[in-house]
Amino acid sequence: MKYNSVFDIIGPVMIGPSSSHTAGAARIGKAARNLFGEQPKWAKIYLYESFAKTYKGHGTDFALAGGLLGFETDDTRMSKALEIAKENNLQIEFIVDSAAVDHPNTARLVIGNDTDSIELIGISIGGGKVEITELNGFELRLSGNHPAILIMHNDRYGAIASITKILARHEINIGHMEVNRKDVGKEALMVIEVDQNVEDSILKELENADHINQIAKLVS
Amino acid sequence: MFRTVAELVELAEKDNLLISEVMIRQEMDVKNRSREEVYTEMEKNLQVMEDAIEDALKGVESVTGLTGGDAVLIQNYMKEKTPLSGNLLLDAVSKAMGTNEVNAAMGTICATPTAGSAGVVPGTLFSVKNQLNPTREQMIRYLFTSGAFGFVVANNAFISGAAGGCQAEVGSAGAMASAAIVEMAGGTPQQSAEAFAMTLKNMLGLVCDPVAGLVEVPCVKRNAAGSSLAIVSADMALAGVTSRIPCDEVIGAMYRIGKQMPSALRETGEGGLADTPTGRLLKEKIFGMSV
Repeated sequence: MKYNSVFDIIGPVMIGPSSSHTAGAARIGKAARNLFGEQPKWAKIYLYESFAKTYKGHGTDFALAGGLLGFETDDTRMSKALEIAKENNLQIEFIVDSAAVDHPNTARLVIGNDTDSIELIGISIGGGKVEITELNGFELRLSGNHPAILIMHNDRYGAIASITKILARHEINIGHMEVNRKDVGKEALMVIEVDQNVEDSILKELENADHINQIAKLVS
Repeated sequence: MFRTVAELVELAEKDNLLISEVMIRQEMDVKNRSREEVYTEMEKNLQVMEDAIEDALKGVESVTGLTGGDAVLIQNYMKEKTPLSGNLLLDAVSKAMGTNEVNAAMGTICATPTAGSAGVVPGTLFSVKNQLNPTREQMIRYLFTSGAFGFVVANNAFISGAAGGCQAEVGSAGAMASAAIVEMAGGTPQQSAEAFAMTLKNMLGLVCDPVAGLVEVPCVKRNAAGSSLAIVSADMALAGVTSRIPCDEVIGAMYRIGKQMPSALRETGEGGLADTPTGRLLKEKIFGMSV
C-alpha cells in the first residue's frame, strides 16, 4: 500500500500553497540532498507535466530549493529558499521539459559539487507523499516509508554477502531489498529498506566492504 | 491493516470500537509507537489547524491579492444578520475558506488530505464543536476518523488534483469530514460510511482547474462547498438515509472518473475556469507582475 500512516493523510504540517507541488517538492529536494550526502553546489532540475505547468504559482521552485537546503515542509524560510540558496552558493537551474512521463508531478534532479554528482527522478503522489523512482539510471521504488541504504557497487561475487554480513552483525533487520545492475559484471545498485535509521559509523563500515563504490542513506 | 471502508467498518463493529480507535490502533501497530506518541502528534496537527483559523479570522491576503478576507466577511454577516443556511453551516464555510486563505497566503497549515483541500476538515470541526461540545480528546479523534477514511481513498484511488481532479481533493476531504462529524455526533461506524459515500457521490466529476495554476481560484470557495456538503451528508446519515451505492464502490467510481479526466482538467491550469477570458487575464496580470 502506498500510504501506510494516518499522518500521510492528516499531515504534513506545511507552508502553503500545495501539498503535492510545495510540500512534496520540498521532500523530493531533501531526499536528493540526503542521497547526495551533503548540500550540493549546483542543481539542474527538470520539471514535467503539472509540475512544469504550474511550478511558479505553487512555489515548486522554491520548495525544491528548500529541500536541497535541508528544510522540512513547515520551515517558515521556505518561500525565501531561492534567495537563501544563492547566499549559500547553491546554483539552481530550472528546466521545463515537455517529455511524456508516467506521473503528472515528476521532477528529475541532477545535483553535484566539484567532484561528484547524482541524478534522480522523484514523483509527488499526493498529500505531500513522494517516491524516488530512479537513481543514476537505475529504476527503483523508494517510498520513504522506511529508512533505506542505497549502495552503488560492482556486480561481483560476494558483494551482497559482504553488506548483509555487516548488517547482521549490527542486528539491523532488512525489511525489503532489491538489486539492479546495468549489465553482467558492471555497475549495480542495492536498495535496502531497514527498520531503524542506520548510524554513520555503520555506513563507513559498509563503504569499506568489498566491491562497494558509493553509499547513501535515506532517513524516514 | 484495513484496505476498504467495508473492512474498516467491520473491524469497528466486531469489537464495538469507534472508527477513530481502529485507526489509532493500526497506527500504533504499523509504526510501533505508543498511544501517547500517536496522540501527541495528532494534537500538534489540531493545534496548527486551530492557529490557522485564528489567523484567518483576523484577515489574510495572498501575494497575488486574488484571495483573502472572505472568511471575515462571512463572520461579520453572521453577527449582523440571520444567515439563511444557519450559523453552524456558515461558520464551517467561513473557517474552511479561512484556512484555505491562510494556505494561499503561504501560511502554515496541516494538509488534510492535501493543502488545497485543507480547510474542510478543520472548518467543519471548529464549527460543529460549538454545538456538540466535544472534549479535546474527541476533537483529536475527529482527525483520526477523517484520516481512516482518507487512508482508504489514498490507497484505492487518489487524493491529488493532478492525479484525479478536485473530486480527489475537496471530494475526499468533504467525505472524510462527513464521516468524522457522524462519529462525533454519536452515529455508528456504518452511518459514517453512509455519510462519506453521500458526500463523495455529490463531488464526483469535479475537475481541478486553478486559475494561473494557483491554489486560490476556485480552491478557496470549493472548500466552502466541501464543508457545507459534509455537514448536510452527516445529517442525512444520522437521520437514517443510506447510500444506494456502497461506499467502496463510490471510491472506485471516483478513481475511474479521475482516470478518464484529461490532463487539462487535472491541475495544469489549462482548462475549465483557468481557460475563461477572466481566468486567462488574471494569469497574465499575475505573472506580468512577477510573483
